Amino acid sequence: MSLYFQTNSLLATIQDLGRNGFRSLGINPNGAMDKTAVRLINILLGNNENEAVLEIHFPTPKILFKENALVALGGADFGAKIDEVSIENWQTVWVEKGQALQFTQKNSGNRLYLSVKGGFKINEWLGSKSTNLKAKLGGFEGRNLQKDDEIEFKVKNQKPTLKKYPKISQYSFHYSTNSKIRILEGFEFGLLTPLSSENFLRQKFTITQNSDRMGFRLESEPLYLMQEKELVSSAVDFGTIQLLPNGQLIVLMADHQTTGGYPRIGNVISVDLPFLAQKGVNETIGFEIISLEEVENLALKFERDLNFLKTAIKFQF
Amino acid sequence: MQYKIFSLSENALTIDFGNEISVDFNEKVIQLDEIIKKNNFAGFIETVPAYSSLTIFFDLIAVRKSFSQFPNALSAVKNHIEISLQNLKQSKKNKARLIKIPVDYSAEFAPDLEFVAINANISTKEVIKIHTSQTYRVFMIGFLPAFAYMGEIDERIAAPRKETPRTNIAKGSVGIAGKQTGIYPLESPGGWQIIGKTDLEIFQPKSKEISLLKTGDLVKFYDINQK
Repeated sequence: MSLYFQTNSLLATIQDLGRNGFRSLGINPNGAMDKTAVRLINILLGNNENEAVLEIHFPTPKILFKENALVALGGADFGAKIDEVSIENWQTVWVEKGQALQFTQKNSGNRLYLSVKGGFKINEWLGSKSTNLKAKLGGFEGRNLQKDDEIEFKVKNQKPTLKKYPKISQYSFHYSTNSKIRILEGFEFGLLTPLSSENFLRQKFTITQNSDRMGFRLESEPLYLMQEKELVSSAVDFGTIQLLPNGQLIVLMADHQTTGGYPRIGNVISVDLPFLAQKGVNETIGFEIISLEEVENLALKFERDLNFLKTAIKFQF
Repeated sequence: MQYKIFSLSENALTIDFGNEISVDFNEKVIQLDEIIKKNNFAGFIETVPAYSSLTIFFDLIAVRKSFSQFPNALSAVKNHIEISLQNLKQSKKNKARLIKIPVDYSAEFAPDLEFVAINANISTKEVIKIHTSQTYRVFMIGFLPAFAYMGEIDERIAAPRKETPRTNIAKGSVGIAGKQTGIYPLESPGGWQIIGKTDLEIFQPKSKEISLLKTGDLVKFYDINQK
């Protein structure tokens, strides 16, 4: 009852929606970069939304199914194939024992998620199955999955009857159609020079090579503060945009440190984090500031939409 | 009492008492942290005490549901913090634990001890003597799991971070950065000047006390080669 990794890959880890409650000990939440994708594919399978999934980067692994399984893929589109048959994201797919899942090309996005009905058999550390690569804890032995690794399923999967293959047709609702990433103004935004704050909202920022699950390092015309500001360290969050001493920005991502001391220019709003998380090296982004009212309303609307979807999918079971 | 409250994100709010490394501000942070944790609110997730600030993380949806009389989650959580602030006692000092940490300052574990000595224009022996002579306060935990920011160290042995951080610092390494001192709880890249190493387990991921050190603790280093 397992998935067997036939090849190595760039980075494939076990993630869930994150580990809460231990930031004060320097242990950050980790968790999936694109949390909405995780929630959606788990909803499709009738799993708990927080069930642990595989987060896969390109170049991808080739995965052999050692047992039948009902699975769902979501997030990036890497041209998935079961044996020779292409399969789409955002639907449940029945895979037979002995079939292999592989990926042919990077069509869109940068992080693909794979969930299995009932979930993977992974021990929790501090209430979560997410991988903490730095501490080498959580997930699958706290590390990237490699050739010859095997992840077991929690339950034996039964083949559903045909009417029980739910699918999300309007799947794209969780990726912003806005070309700009929406942010909440940060505490030090007002310390930028007038020109820099204008540039911040006008410029394109390129995601550089030095970007990973900890943070996206951006490149643009440097931004400047009116005067240098020494900050003592304080908490930061997934999405915090910091200004580095060289005038460049970094956006903190899922594996960010718990605290930081660089000026906070803004914070990417939660509903746009999946959109940003699916961006990759050399892609460009822009920023737009919206009010706290708008941010909160967007978050509420998003949860309502997701709940509608959840109810609709339940009816399909 | 002076403070600033602002949104870190739509799910987190920070109250800052003055953006300074000060025992007074840090005491306020710890007290407020205790008050809020003891008497939290619907949607509360966790707190992060730092040098002069406390950040409160919450579930925006749950807060909005439970505090519909407020126009937004920010004002609901802000209100809760401001009520909690009224319970802050002016003179109350937290009873701190004192933790003694054995350090091996031998050259093989202390690649930057020489630099700190030269920078201070004193001998390495004197650096060790100064580093072990004082009791430090844990101002906050951050950066890495169980990494304690301690201070403030004697001006004479204060040293800038390395211009190019090391890619690999051994677990247990004791370092200096500015007027702070700290211990690497696990192997990690880092820019602190390394002056020794301890064998104490600082990060105990499988035990009940995950972090040996907590914000507000007092710490004293001692030289294991000094009889």
